[in-house]
Amino acid sequence: MDIGSLLNALILGVSIASIWLIAALGLTIIYGAAGVINMAHGEFIMLGAYSSYMLQYYFGLPYLLCIPASFVIVAAVGLVLERGLIQYLYNRPLDTLLATYGVSLVLMQGVRLIFGSDPKYLAAPALFSSNISLGFASVSTFRVVILLVTALCVLGIWLLFYKTRFGVQVRAVMQNKEMAASFGINSSRIYMMTFALGAGLAGVAGSLFGVLAIVLPTMGASYVVQAFLMVVTGGGSLAGTVVASGVTGQLQSVFAFFSNDTFARFLIFVLIVVFLRFRPQGLFAQAGARR
Amino acid sequence: MDFTRRRLLTTAAAASAAAVAMPNIMTSDKAYAAPLKKGEPIKVGLLFSLTGALAVPEEDSTLVLQYAFDEINKNGGVGGVPVEPVIVDAKSDFGVYSEKTKELILREKVTALFGCYTSASRKAILPTVMQRNHLLYYPTCYEGAECTQNTICTGPLANQHSQDLIPFMVEKFGKKVFFVGSNYVWPKESNKNAKIWLEKAGGELVGEEYIPLGSSEFGPVLGKIRDAKPDFIFSTVVGASDIAFHKQFKQEGFKVDSMPIASLTTGEIETRAMGAEFGAGHFLSAPYFQTLDNPTNQKFVENFLKSKYGKNGTTHYNMEETYLTAYVFKAGFEKAAAAVGFENVTPRAIRDNSGGIRVEDNISPEGLVWIDENNFNTWLKPKIGQCQADGTFKIVKAAAEHVKPDPYSIYPDAGTCTATGLKGPDGKLRTNVI
Repeated sequence: MDIGSLLNALILGVSIASIWLIAALGLTIIYGAAGVINMAHGEFIMLGAYSSYMLQYYFGLPYLLCIPASFVIVAAVGLVLERGLIQYLYNRPLDTLLATYGVSLVLMQGVRLIFGSDPKYLAAPALFSSNISLGFASVSTFRVVILLVTALCVLGIWLLFYKTRFGVQVRAVMQNKEMAASFGINSSRIYMMTFALGAGLAGVAGSLFGVLAIVLPTMGASYVVQAFLMVVTGGGSLAGTVVASGVTGQLQSVFAFFSNDTFARFLIFVLIVVFLRFRPQGLFAQAGARR
Repeated sequence: MDFTRRRLLTTAAAASAAAVAMPNIMTSDKAYAAPLKKGEPIKVGLLFSLTGALAVPEEDSTLVLQYAFDEINKNGGVGGVPVEPVIVDAKSDFGVYSEKTKELILREKVTALFGCYTSASRKAILPTVMQRNHLLYYPTCYEGAECTQNTICTGPLANQHSQDLIPFMVEKFGKKVFFVGSNYVWPKESNKNAKIWLEKAGGELVGEEYIPLGSSEFGPVLGKIRDAKPDFIFSTVVGASDIAFHKQFKQEGFKVDSMPIASLTTGEIETRAMGAEFGAGHFLSAPYFQTLDNPTNQKFVENFLKSKYGKNGTTHYNMEETYLTAYVFKAGFEKAAAAVGFENVTPRAIRDNSGGIRVEDNISPEGLVWIDENNFNTWLKPKIGQCQADGTFKIVKAAAEHVKPDPYSIYPDAGTCTATGLKGPDGKLRTNVI
């Protein structure tokens, strides 16, 4: 073992962390703010990838524009879903779980009916299929892009939640819905906006994963479990998810460096279970009454 | 009905008692296929996943078999009667595979089953197939180490698959090789074979890594490959992971000219999904490529893509191996009908008459193949293709002779597979070894 390779593994760890984080970001918003356990999160990611594919294939939109466009499209899908279904279920969390699981199946099969079950090809600029070499360390350009987009998203959410009037309202509703309502905040509208925001973030993740890995109707399933793990380990707050993803991503890379991928995953899941045994509320539990 | 706790318990107890009693009622080794009548269609079961993670390869298998049976029916059917495929969806769930197998055999009373892609699903249904003394056509490359009297396989075995590929790569690119595979039975068994060829070719294994099935994170593995500096990579990564692997290989700055990937899985479908720029330059070993230059293949590709089953726009080694099973079935059935009479054809009679069946090069797009008389796998010619900039494959090497399928090539102590069972070194015959 030499220091250069270990350093490479550490850099890779940051990248893996950003992938876990962008996958979990939308779920954090939806679960943290609206309290909805959204089983369709993986399918929102998948829809993001297919939105990018569709825009690129049928309208020739450049890839970099597909990323924000996917945000808009999937946010719109989320908005419709919230108005049409989720808003009637806020007081019945278990039903939400089942309903969103049903929605995930509908979305998956719907996409399969429209686009077929064969994998699709999403083209990215040639620049993204190369790497940046800094002597001993080497990192792929596209991983840097993912890292930047993730950082931008986190920064944007932080600004939105902590620096704007809307953010104050969201946090007020999160802490106590009835009290917030008595101060004139339209909580139904807040839930709608946060759900759409969370869905849109999943869409961004999807258009990135489409280039990093594959575009398939079933692609969401592989991300939803790790996204849930990050949100639960983090405690449902933005800071919690950021820290949880950072630590697990880094551990994944370092464990895989010293042993192999399968063992690294095994170890991480064991550690998370042990952690939740002693701290079931997660890293940074939110203040205030949960519904 | 009012479900009280007591009621629920008694019902549950009754149900479990019934479940325990079930095997006694159901076991019988008589064949369950419907008695055949001249003039009525022969039912066969197509057991593939049309939904879920395995749908990508398996939907194509269903389509190509429907195409094959249409073609056979148009040309007079099997033994003079048409074939009627019964299509079920195994939903990528091994429980469903086994359930649907029972349904096809017991309710639909099919004459033969065509199905499965992964070894896991094959192993899930084989006990049922063997118990009913039925017949499974398995159309995919696999690891071998099985000797049942109820299967016929048309894909390459592990010993046929990498025999030419490894020496070819060692000679062309260098001695040092890194093995990457998905973490399940087929890649591990294939790699055991590959190690033998590697040793014979004087190569050196500098690393071996397995990725969880379905994973799309290749960063750590590519980091290890960068450190090990192999001359080429030997890959048995399957499905969506394979596409992620090729993409990240290039995104991480690896160059295909100096360190190509020699794969047993990356064919036309995968290359199209990843984009030709990520596939170009890499190698694949398979018995079939869409670009094979012979009149039968040209006709097959043209007619298939034109037909209503060709919607996915390409042919592929796995589809071609599946296509062959229909013709192996036709020949086996007709031989059995000639031997025992049309009405008396059973799944087992078809299997017993299938040894040595040849699919000639006017039907088989990959050229002449035949079924081994002992282990009922297929004699074929593996070929090596290199992916071109447009996503098609250029054949760079084809085996001169047909390669014998040997399911126990890496386990010589297990014995030899014969038509009636596995003959151990002690001379004992064991049937239905899986």
